[in-house]
Amino acid sequence: MVLDNLSLEVKKGEVVVIVGPSGCGKSTLLRCINGLEPIQSGSIETDGQAGMVFQSYELFPHLSVLKNMMLAPLKVQKREKKEVKKEAMELLKRVGLEEKADSYPQQLSGGQKQRVAIVRALILHPEILLFDEVTAALDPEMVREVLDVVLDLARQKRTMLVVTHEMQFARAVADRIVFIDEGKIIEEASSEEFFEHPKTDRAKRFLNVFRY
Amino acid sequence: MDFAYMKNVLPLYEKAAVLTLRIGLEGIIFATFAGIVCAVILYEKVPVLRQLVMVYIEISRNTPLLVQLFFIYYGLPKAGIVLSAEICGAAGLAFLGGSYMAEAFRSGLENVAPLQRESAYSLGMGKLQTMRYVVGPQAVATSIPAFLANVIFLLKETSVFSAISLMDLMFTAKDLIGLYYKTTESLLLLVIFYLFILLPVSLTGAAVERRMKYAGSGS
Repeated sequence: MVLDNLSLEVKKGEVVVIVGPSGCGKSTLLRCINGLEPIQSGSIETDGQAGMVFQSYELFPHLSVLKNMMLAPLKVQKREKKEVKKEAMELLKRVGLEEKADSYPQQLSGGQKQRVAIVRALILHPEILLFDEVTAALDPEMVREVLDVVLDLARQKRTMLVVTHEMQFARAVADRIVFIDEGKIIEEASSEEFFEHPKTDRAKRFLNVFRY
Repeated sequence: MDFAYMKNVLPLYEKAAVLTLRIGLEGIIFATFAGIVCAVILYEKVPVLRQLVMVYIEISRNTPLLVQLFFIYYGLPKAGIVLSAEICGAAGLAFLGGSYMAEAFRSGLENVAPLQRESAYSLGMGKLQTMRYVVGPQAVATSIPAFLANVIFLLKETSVFSAISLMDLMFTAKDLIGLYYKTTESLLLLVIFYLFILLPVSLTGAAVERRMKYAGSGS
């Protein structure tokens, strides 16, 4: 999927949620920001590193939860092991997984894996967090525990760019909604405005799908 | 069956087995290193080197070890490079094994989910760090069965060493048959010694494969 002439700014402390039909380029946008997808023209400016959380968790299966979290801080940021470990344990505690520190990813449920993936991104102190449909692969009963973590981060005024199909969640967490279709921004509005009074026909049609 | 004879020549077989194992292991170690390097070059699609590796693999896989050994043992001295028979044996085995090991590790690398790599990149890791800490270890785990199959294959190939007058198991058996005409006994000992070397590797391979089948994967 190609993005076309797309311009988007995320302010510090802002939570922007990107919604849109499947294959509209939402995930591509995140991958571009993170440098995983090459861009033909244009530019991406961030004040620091971006942290990414994937739909499929992508924990490293050969490493324990703690080692998953400590790998990048130690090898990339060259931080001190003791300090990193302490922070990792604090973060795990915050998402209720401190007992899982020595478990391996395959011993965790989907929701637990995704919470680990979130704190693994957090420990690097990224300027912005990118969430790529982080609940799409989860069983319904596990969606909540992951979304609660994301909501909590929003309350702490973390800068976040979230791609999601969970409209209720999008509404709750977003400062601003960006509706994308066919690689273009169709509509951009505050959360309430977008869900209550969508302006474009395409946004209206899209939202109707979620109303039963 | 002449058991007294068998008991008498046993030390000769033991010596030959040690030699076979030593040269075999040397060759396998070098083959493993060569295989890892080649596999990473293929996986990362390094220009120029990749083409060289592909040519090497084709030559290595499509010529018999015997020919490779003759080339090293009889051919290289003509070019002024004289190596001992033992080094020639190990080098020949490494030349043959490198390509098989490369294929084993390459398929291991390609079995690692591409998103694992992206996940590592998104954590700020570079290509080398990603290979070393994320993709490499996972690839090694999935390559183990193919690796052990190669080890067995290469250990069996050592029987060709006798052609460059290395006193390995095969050489010893043929030599003894020529001297004493105790064909059955000599060959029986030969079989026993090869089994003694190879069965443990085979059984390890089978056990590893069973474990991997049940372990199940998941990120």
